Amino acid sequence: MAKYILKRILMMVLTVFIVTALTFVMMQWMPGSPFNNPKLSASQIAQLSKQYGLSKPIWQQFLNYLVNAAHFNFGTSYINTGQSVSLMISQRLPVSMELGIQALILGVPLGMYIGTYQAMRKNTARDYSLSIITLFFTALPDFLLGMLLMLFFAIDMPIFPITGWNSWMSSVLPTLALGMGVIAFVARFTRSQTLETLDSDQIQLAYAKGLDEGQVIMKHAVRNSLIPVLTLLGPLTAGLLTGSALIETIFSIPGIGNQFVSSISSKDYPVIMGTTIVYTILLQVMILLGDIATAIADPRIRLGGKD
Amino acid sequence: MAEKTFQVVGIESSSDNEKIQKPSLTFWQDAWRRLKLNKVAVVSMWFLIAISVFTIVMVPFLSQQQANKFNPNEIATYKDLPPKSGLPIPGWEGKHDGDDLYSDQNVPAGKNFILGTDDTGRSVAKRVIVGIRISLTIAIVASLGDLIIGVSFGVFSAWKGGWIDLILQRFIEILSSVPFIVIVTLFTLLLGAGIWSVIISLILTGWINMARQIRAQTLSVKEQDYVLAATVLGERPLKIAMKHIIPNISSTIIVQLMMTIPQAITSEAILSALGLGVQPPTSSLGSMINDARDEIQYYPYLVLIPGTFLVLISLAFYLFGDGLRDAFDPKSGDSGD
Repeated sequence: MAKYILKRILMMVLTVFIVTALTFVMMQWMPGSPFNNPKLSASQIAQLSKQYGLSKPIWQQFLNYLVNAAHFNFGTSYINTGQSVSLMISQRLPVSMELGIQALILGVPLGMYIGTYQAMRKNTARDYSLSIITLFFTALPDFLLGMLLMLFFAIDMPIFPITGWNSWMSSVLPTLALGMGVIAFVARFTRSQTLETLDSDQIQLAYAKGLDEGQVIMKHAVRNSLIPVLTLLGPLTAGLLTGSALIETIFSIPGIGNQFVSSISSKDYPVIMGTTIVYTILLQVMILLGDIATAIADPRIRLGGKD
Repeated sequence: MAEKTFQVVGIESSSDNEKIQKPSLTFWQDAWRRLKLNKVAVVSMWFLIAISVFTIVMVPFLSQQQANKFNPNEIATYKDLPPKSGLPIPGWEGKHDGDDLYSDQNVPAGKNFILGTDDTGRSVAKRVIVGIRISLTIAIVASLGDLIIGVSFGVFSAWKGGWIDLILQRFIEILSSVPFIVIVTLFTLLLGAGIWSVIISLILTGWINMARQIRAQTLSVKEQDYVLAATVLGERPLKIAMKHIIPNISSTIIVQLMMTIPQAITSEAILSALGLGVQPPTSSLGSMINDARDEIQYYPYLVLIPGTFLVLISLAFYLFGDGLRDAFDPKSGDSGD
């Protein structure tokens, strides 16, 4: 197990390195420069380039960047002059994580409950209607849902604040907007997993032993379908990262996604690069956690065995 | 419906029962017969066909430029008009908070915008038609790109096996652990936002799923006896792949394609909403929603109209895809209907 985790961490470092290198190379090719300001004289541009280390050869810039990035130092923002990128990220990341974790706490248990319920009531009217509802929320992008929630529950019926991030009330709509998609995703997955489990011999045996339906579901079916759900942590996080960037913009939440979107439009390359690397690390860690949790929960999986 | 998925064919009249030999159905006839039993999937299919045909037929009558065009002198007259059907249907009479904006802004009588106008006086109906066309084109082209790359990669990886497969699988693993938003942002910044950069970003992130599915299918198909027979007869690998493997996994490919298209539609909308996608004045469903975002308070219909089409089209693709999967593989049963 320890060997496997070590191998995976090495793989993660490799991935993050590749992403960093690619980002760096692309940033070199990017058209336009933040110093394309007609008010700046040639000497001022040279001064600025020197200040940001842009006059050195590229490989040296890259090495510097790598060494600094390893210390979580992503340089300073081009736009908010003098602001350290890592400080900007560390201030905003907790907000985004809070939003993401709230959406997961809302979405995963409820999604599992709905999915299991549907599997138990397979091919009934309730199963069909729940399938249609979950499919609807799969087809509805989270940013559109966020705008609709804002329109109905903050503008037409002013129950919740329209924007901001200062009380739990203001987090209700963004959490719902992100969480409904999670519910739908988890429910659809749990339903098909549980149906597969319900077909298996062990469930037949459990019924044959005389357990009632509730016990069969709780002790045998749910436990078995719980395991694959853990592996969803990676894809779910990936979805939440993309989703939260837009949701944060719509609800003006001071999170990392909001900052990422505005850094894209202002071509603030150090911020884009820093956020890109942080996003990649976040996803990697969540995938690894999901895999480890799966291995702990399921004794049939032996990590780092013969593979 | 379970009992109907398998039935005896060729017994239209009872005298047919005298014949011992019943007509033989090909795989596709069989699937089509089952698909027809699934009403939801059939309705979705016709809805998608109708939408596609309509937007294609409209090409000569409504170009992108026409939908983008506005007359700067007439903005005051035509801007922000609510939907007006010209019929006495409540909520569709061109009134905003009880005011008849059509008469307030001196719009010539008899001129109705059934889906309203935006802040420069452009018809929303025209923009939605062009928007659906562009969104669908992006999604279909991107999904076909996924299909070509995913199928070649998946079949190649599974066919070769061994260390080539191992390396290709590690490559896929690394690529899939990079967040979608990161890949897309980098490529769009590099290529400049626009339709082609959206398509390329969607292909770059979308083919992985296809490749995984195809590889898994190919691994089981390549063990079949007919593949062995073809190999023994000295058929070239490329020909075996084209003639034996791909036709046998075509149902997976088609279902996967139908599931990829709605995801691509949603991703296009997300990209456009992030400002990385289709750029104004070109309209796509996502960019229309994004343009109207700040005015949702005053003109909710500017978000609701493209949003409704976006959800309906995605939903239809998912429902049709579900129906196809059950029709191709009736024994899978896990999806129930």
